[in-house]
Amino acid sequence: MAEAGRATSLTLRLAVALTLLLAAGGAAVAVAAIAYGRTAAQQSYDRLLIGAARQIAEALTLQDGALYVDIPVAAFELLALAPQDRIVYAVYGPRGELVTGYPGLDGPKPDQALSTGRFTGEPVRFAAVDRRFAERALSGTVRVVVGQTLRARTELTDQITRGALIVVAAAGLLMSGLAVFAVRSSLGPLNRIERVLAARPPADLTPLGVAVPREIGTLVGTLNGFMARIDRQVAATRRLLGDASHQLRTPIAAIRAQAELAAGEPDPDRLRAIALRIHRRAVSLSRLTDQLLNHALIIHRADSVPLDLIDLRRVAMQAAEEIDHDHRAGDEPLRLDLPEEPVMARGDSLSLVEACKNLAANALRHGQAPVVLAVRRAGPLAVLAVQDAGPGIPEDHWPDAATRFARRASVSPTKVGLGLSIVAAVARAHQGEMAFGRTATGTFEARIALPLVAEDQP
Amino acid sequence: MSPTAKLGLLAVLALTAAAPVQAAPEAVQAYGDPAAPARLLVRGTTDIALFDPVLRLFTASHPDLRIDYEQWASNDLYDLAVAACNGTARAADLLVSSAVDQQVKLVNDGCAQPHASPATAALPAASNWRNEVFGITREPAVIVYNRALVPPDEAPASRFGLIDLLRAEDGRYDGRIATYDIEQSGLGYLFAFADSQQATTFGSVIEAFARVHAVTTCCSAELIDGVASGKYLIAYNVLGSYALDRAAKDPNIAVVAPSDYTLVLARAALIPSRAANPQAAGALIDFLVSEPGRQVLRAQHLFLDASDLRDSGLLGSESGISNLRPIPLSPVLLVGLDSQRRKHFIALWRDAFSGR
Repeated sequence: MAEAGRATSLTLRLAVALTLLLAAGGAAVAVAAIAYGRTAAQQSYDRLLIGAARQIAEALTLQDGALYVDIPVAAFELLALAPQDRIVYAVYGPRGELVTGYPGLDGPKPDQALSTGRFTGEPVRFAAVDRRFAERALSGTVRVVVGQTLRARTELTDQITRGALIVVAAAGLLMSGLAVFAVRSSLGPLNRIERVLAARPPADLTPLGVAVPREIGTLVGTLNGFMARIDRQVAATRRLLGDASHQLRTPIAAIRAQAELAAGEPDPDRLRAIALRIHRRAVSLSRLTDQLLNHALIIHRADSVPLDLIDLRRVAMQAAEEIDHDHRAGDEPLRLDLPEEPVMARGDSLSLVEACKNLAANALRHGQAPVVLAVRRAGPLAVLAVQDAGPGIPEDHWPDAATRFARRASVSPTKVGLGLSIVAAVARAHQGEMAFGRTATGTFEARIALPLVAEDQP
Repeated sequence: MSPTAKLGLLAVLALTAAAPVQAAPEAVQAYGDPAAPARLLVRGTTDIALFDPVLRLFTASHPDLRIDYEQWASNDLYDLAVAACNGTARAADLLVSSAVDQQVKLVNDGCAQPHASPATAALPAASNWRNEVFGITREPAVIVYNRALVPPDEAPASRFGLIDLLRAEDGRYDGRIATYDIEQSGLGYLFAFADSQQATTFGSVIEAFARVHAVTTCCSAELIDGVASGKYLIAYNVLGSYALDRAAKDPNIAVVAPSDYTLVLARAALIPSRAANPQAAGALIDFLVSEPGRQVLRAQHLFLDASDLRDSGLLGSESGISNLRPIPLSPVLLVGLDSQRRKHFIALWRDAFSGR
């Protein structure tokens, strides 16, 4: 239930994030639009005011030494372009005396051209224009102040702002639509994966071939890795069953035949000989069973047990000890060739010991003494190698040695061919590989190469 | 009259020297139930006789309202409104004045309050400024002459005709041409100033008036009375509503809308900022600009369409219709009221008329 809740909240989270983003962006644009609208309206109507004030200033004349302003109708017609606004004006002489117009206006200060004030309770924008006179009768600056209420400005501001907000709203809607589309299409690959998985037959564990964006490529990769692991285990189980049925049926049938023979054998000597044969067969069968089960266990462990940091020298020593314990006393003992310093790798000790034992057992059985179990570093690799003096596996067969010898695993009581395939599986499970080669002196060696881990690393 | 005069006297005593001297109204009339709970004080320049039917009809549909109508001369009305705006006089609830420039100035100076209704929203822009002043009539400025004393072939159809007529050397028109005294009559000043803006003929008209020693007088009624009695032969720039009203009763009165151009005035109504009953005043404005109100005004020659002018024979020719020049309610009217410009204009006028 919690998983399902989280699944819906992905869309919700995207929606919330987008809403916040759009709201913040919209608010920012709205603030900008209002500021822009106000500035634009202010500038255009300020120009009207200044124009009207200039016209009045132009109309200033001197009559009989006194200032006279024939207020031009055109100036007021210009101001009346803001049809709903009240107009105030005043003309001041050089000593600041009112020549004509409204008394008591709080117009711009002497060094200012524009200002905002009030007139009978309404806010008013003022513009002032100065005209200098240098006549015999009059010398000084005459100031014309024209003011106008703000209705037309407010209206223009509103108009500009409204237009901008409509555009913002439209863009917001469009972006929301695109966002929905983007969310849908980016979640699309997940649905595709779901459909592909649902449509699969239960036994199909091959990697998914769905084309997906890079972002969920890792998910698909993990999924594919997971399936590959299951696939390997299924395959291992299947192989185990196949091998077991193939390899166990024949010796068991042989034992049964011998047992039947024994049942009908009156001669005690021959009966003893048959019983001896049955015993030998049973020992061989028990070893084969061990190996099959080991193989299955190791392959299972390889995929399921976490890898520890281990010293390959310990692996080699443990393997040598177990082999010595198993082997008959007459055989040539195993030699160890270990370096002074540890050779560390990540791995499952049990699997590696088992793989090592397999290699060594093969060498002891098919090769020639002396058999050497060596551990060494080779560049970035930690190597566990088994060398013997025999001719070894022909080079043609190196690439497919693991599978080839598994197939040819015979029913012979002494020859057991499963060893190499176990080793290869263990090496793969450790991100390493099984390989064959020859040493500088031409000795054949089979080795497991794993990624080396530096000693100081935890 | 006496209580009002006393009030005026008291006001004069109470106010500082700067306060305007409060004259008395020219006439007073009450409408509706005297004991009605609500009162509406209307101050106007319109003659009571002309405004009477529309106020009667309005009070008939508003039984709980009593209307007191005071008729004032336009300049006195303006001075009183300014005093009321400053709180030094009692404010009316509605001001209706033919001196629309003064009404616009009252609005511009913050002495009016807005009134918005569907009826006022339907008015053209030229008849509604800031929802504070409304043009409620359409009245042409006309030439009135005495049909009995001015021969038909001399009757002026335009200002050019008038100027030519006054050039005659025989002195028949000497002292017998009349127009408004622009210092006393706000409407006269408005028409004269509009004339000065309209055409260069204005200078010739003044010059011609000066030559024949034209008479200036305060009021429409005096002008028309003078023409009717034969004291004046021709009166210039008379308000068409009064002239047509009289012409309907007096066959001697002839009315001409000058064919060169005819100014058309829309009497302006506003609700003062300190009005006691602005709701009722707004309702009266709505009624005045409504169709029933308009019909009553039309019957009083206060609302004349171009077709009315043509049908009444005022316009000499078809081209006269395109020469109608409505005076829009706009702050441009403030120019004429600029103190310096007004002083200058009046000085010019006085110069011309003192040349006798």
